[in-house]
Amino acid sequence: MKQDKHGKNHKFGMVVDLDKCTGCGSCMVACMSENNVPFKEDESNKKDSLTWMRVYKITNGKSFPETEICYMPRPCMHCGGKGDHGHSPCVSVCPAVATDYDHSSGIVSQIYTRCFGCRYCMGACPYHARYFNWWDPKWPEGMESYLSPDVSPRMRGVVEKCSFCFHRYQEARDLAYVEERDDIEEQEYQTACTQACPAGAITFGDLNNPDHAVSQLVEPDAHNCGKPKNPKAFRLLERLQTNPKVYYVSEREWVRKAGDNYLDGEWEKVKNNHGKDHG
Amino acid sequence: MKIDRRSFLGLGLGAAAGVAVSPATWKLMDDSSIWTQNWSWTPVPRDGEVTFDNTVCSLCPGNCGLSVRKIDGRPVKIEGRADYPVNTGGVCLHGVSGLQYLYDPSRIKTPLKRTGDTFEAISWDDALELVATKLAEIKDAGKADRIACVTNHGVGTIPGLFGRFVKALGSNNVYAMDTMDKTWEKTLEKMHGVHGTLGFDLENSDFVLSFGTGLIEGWGSPVSNFKANSSRKERGATLVQVEPRLSNTAANADTWIAAKPNTEADLALGMANVIISNNLYNTGYYVSGFGPGFDELTAMLKENYSPEAVAQTTGIKAAVIVDLAKRFVKAGAPVAIAGKGKGATPGSMREFAAVHLLNCLAGNINTKGGAWILSPQDYDQWPAVEMDDAASEAIEKPAMDPAGSVAGFFAKAGADKSVEALLISDANPCFALADAQAVTKAVQDIPFVVSFSSFMDETTQLADVVLPSHTFLERTEDLPSGAGMARRVTGLAKPVIDPVFNTKNPGDAILAIAKAMEGTVGDSFPWESYEECLEAVTGDLWSDLSDQGYAAVQETPPATRPSVDFTFVAQNPAPIAAEGTEADFALILVPLDNVRIAAGSIASSPFAVKTVADTVLLGKDVLVEMNPETAKANKLSQGDLAVIETPRGKATVKVNLFEGIMPGVVAMVKGLGHAMDENRYVNGKGVNINELMGPVMDADSGLDAVWGIRAKISKA
Ligand code: SF4
Ligand code: SF4
Ligand code: SF4
Repeated sequence: MKQDKHGKNHKFGMVVDLDKCTGCGSCMVACMSENNVPFKEDESNKKDSLTWMRVYKITNGKSFPETEICYMPRPCMHCGGKGDHGHSPCVSVCPAVATDYDHSSGIVSQIYTRCFGCRYCMGACPYHARYFNWWDPKWPEGMESYLSPDVSPRMRGVVEKCSFCFHRYQEARDLAYVEERDDIEEQEYQTACTQACPAGAITFGDLNNPDHAVSQLVEPDAHNCGKPKNPKAFRLLERLQTNPKVYYVSEREWVRKAGDNYLDGEWEKVKNNHGKDHG
Repeated sequence: MKIDRRSFLGLGLGAAAGVAVSPATWKLMDDSSIWTQNWSWTPVPRDGEVTFDNTVCSLCPGNCGLSVRKIDGRPVKIEGRADYPVNTGGVCLHGVSGLQYLYDPSRIKTPLKRTGDTFEAISWDDALELVATKLAEIKDAGKADRIACVTNHGVGTIPGLFGRFVKALGSNNVYAMDTMDKTWEKTLEKMHGVHGTLGFDLENSDFVLSFGTGLIEGWGSPVSNFKANSSRKERGATLVQVEPRLSNTAANADTWIAAKPNTEADLALGMANVIISNNLYNTGYYVSGFGPGFDELTAMLKENYSPEAVAQTTGIKAAVIVDLAKRFVKAGAPVAIAGKGKGATPGSMREFAAVHLLNCLAGNINTKGGAWILSPQDYDQWPAVEMDDAASEAIEKPAMDPAGSVAGFFAKAGADKSVEALLISDANPCFALADAQAVTKAVQDIPFVVSFSSFMDETTQLADVVLPSHTFLERTEDLPSGAGMARRVTGLAKPVIDPVFNTKNPGDAILAIAKAMEGTVGDSFPWESYEECLEAVTGDLWSDLSDQGYAAVQETPPATRPSVDFTFVAQNPAPIAAEGTEADFALILVPLDNVRIAAGSIASSPFAVKTVADTVLLGKDVLVEMNPETAKANKLSQGDLAVIETPRGKATVKVNLFEGIMPGVVAMVKGLGHAMDENRYVNGKGVNINELMGPVMDADSGLDAVWGIRAKISKA
């Protein structure tokens, strides 16, 4: 387990600026292309459509012309669980250790060859970030030619999900090792979705590193379950204490409110409570 | 169904819940997972050396720079090229999907010749010979002026070679697909007396007033617009979107103004009236450039476009109009833009002129953050075309559509059936033009159709000879910017892989045909290959193109200050209404451009289709968007099957309720409903909206002017 020069672990995370996101879907396709995600003739049943990154559309529910919409890209949240001890909802239930929490990077791994398809993790994940391969992947004749050797294609019967492009982390680390550097630079490890986003809505980096843009954007409070100190930032279903490493930023209050479920009147009490409440 | 270990274990979520607590089971499961891990039929991609190749995307007019990651020479991933001046690293989902086009097994793999209802594979030599002979026959019969070509874009050397070839034969019938650029050209001719097109310096503007342009729906050069839009917050810039439905652009804008469909021109004229009557127009350097018609314009606006009158027409409150006009003209670098949706259709000249009037009044012509009048692209310098007597005589006959509209050309071709031969390159008019059925009929009536295409699209299916083209990843091609970009960048696409199938660069195919025809036609094409031609005609630009993969031609506003002629607007041209009567068709159907769906000459890739929401495409059904109020009035609810009918056609659709669309307006996405048998990912999915639309030609521009058509809808 490699640690950086401060002797601290990395905690890779993502910040999505929902006011910049245009819902264009580049991130979804960049992810599919990077990670050898297969596709079927009909993908309109979204429950069995493998989309490691899925862009949801939410609305404020008001009628014309007060209506507003917002797109919300959803990769795997790479939850660290309370205190970042690695008790992610999925990791806690996997009987085969096919999904695990990597303390050196904060990434929730998925080892396809260990997974035997019980799908407990899918039931446990509150973000629907996990997908089951109901069929063997099949590429139209000749299209296998574009598959990348960096990510192994999955087979029927296993669960898959966003890996924060872990292979890119490995590559960056290998390079640093060869060049005898202690650690990798912020720009050396960027995910495919971050790179592709034409709106620059996604920022990726080490939440533990105060020099990285992600920590500056959300100011995660390490003593408070990673809660953002930035009042415009939030995480999805934060109150479940899954401690996700994907943060969202929006100027719009209704968008921030949509990040969790609140009882009537409850939002007013908690909305400015960032950094104080420990759940 | 075969029940193997893995699928058995996978039958029910939690099927093994009870037993999983004992360590024995744990061990067993671990073993079983190891035992089941190797599946011979799951591909194991070959590893190898990693390299990167730069090229330029031509799937849309954006022409983004791409970086293609290759492993052992095999392209595996497309990314945006970080040092490319258009997209600086960003890329849209169609560009990322490029490899799916490259390896698409439904691509045309070899030249084809029609025999009856089927195609027969033939050799390149035979195919080229066949085309050359047939065209020579037509020319020798004195009908060279009845030969036409339709290319996707109008600029660059591949369209240039097509145009030159048809000219050398003796015909003026050279067309590119109609886009907003054509309407801008006509507008500039009328308002400034110049030949050129308009670019918008969005990245430097602090107040963008968009009249239905889908800035983040894929308008113009999509990624460059995404970037400009995204930096708005940091730059303190404002975006106001005028549109009857909450598009992504409207949702992302600072202000959304829901004007009734096709009243954008009225709103712009109302704003102009506020600006002029309050003496807010730019009185600095620019007013001296105000040419004829300003007094007439002032009087006309005063009489017809008071805020109250415009409020009536547009449904927008008078106070909002006044406020918007003031905010616009007082901004530091305001710019008003027109060209609806992706800008892939022309539009009404009244509307474009009214919108451009705002630019003129704000004095932002050829300024930083404003609207730039760009002279026509002319970096490609061609030697004179050689013509024999027959060609010289034929070329005297005018083009079938004097306005240069491809819609007009097909209307004429369909009506008088006088076209003898049609060459089509990279374009799919039978799908992409309004009233697709009529265009299809017109093409069917042409005795000899040659399609230069990579895919068996709707138009290619009707061809007599199919000459398969390289995809953009296999070809060399210069790709000049346009499509509303202010800065000028010309990119060079370079092959990142040897051709996957037996295809050619369409430039080489046309050279070969010309050579086979010999005489002056052959003499007009002195180059051995397309690449040689490209290098020769791009002249000064070539070294930059070949060294960097692009040439930045112009980065700063043009120095000229063309004067403004207000006469056209001052005449108060009449609005062009959507086709159909309100009595028969109570609703208005507007097309909806969705950035995730390719709506032009190419069909969407499997990846792109996969990203489409189930509120847009469900199974094979397209969903039509309507306000719950509209649905109620038509006795429809969410998910209902319904029949939508317009004066041009009817289709079965499903209903999707959306609060963000104006009551009385229904919207349907463009780009679905392909009939491409071999491509299961798009074939028969949804309805082609162009089968429900009809062109309404604008007398002033000769171009299709409407965005939408009257419609009615009822439960199926
Ligand atoms: S981080 Fe990588 S794996 Fe995760 S959504 Fe983005 S591209 Fe996909
Ligand atoms: S690529 Fe960026 S802008 Fe597009 S949907 Fe994804 S996050 Fe949003
Ligand atoms: S925006 Fe256009 S040019 Fe750019 S990547 Fe997408 S399709 Fe290609």
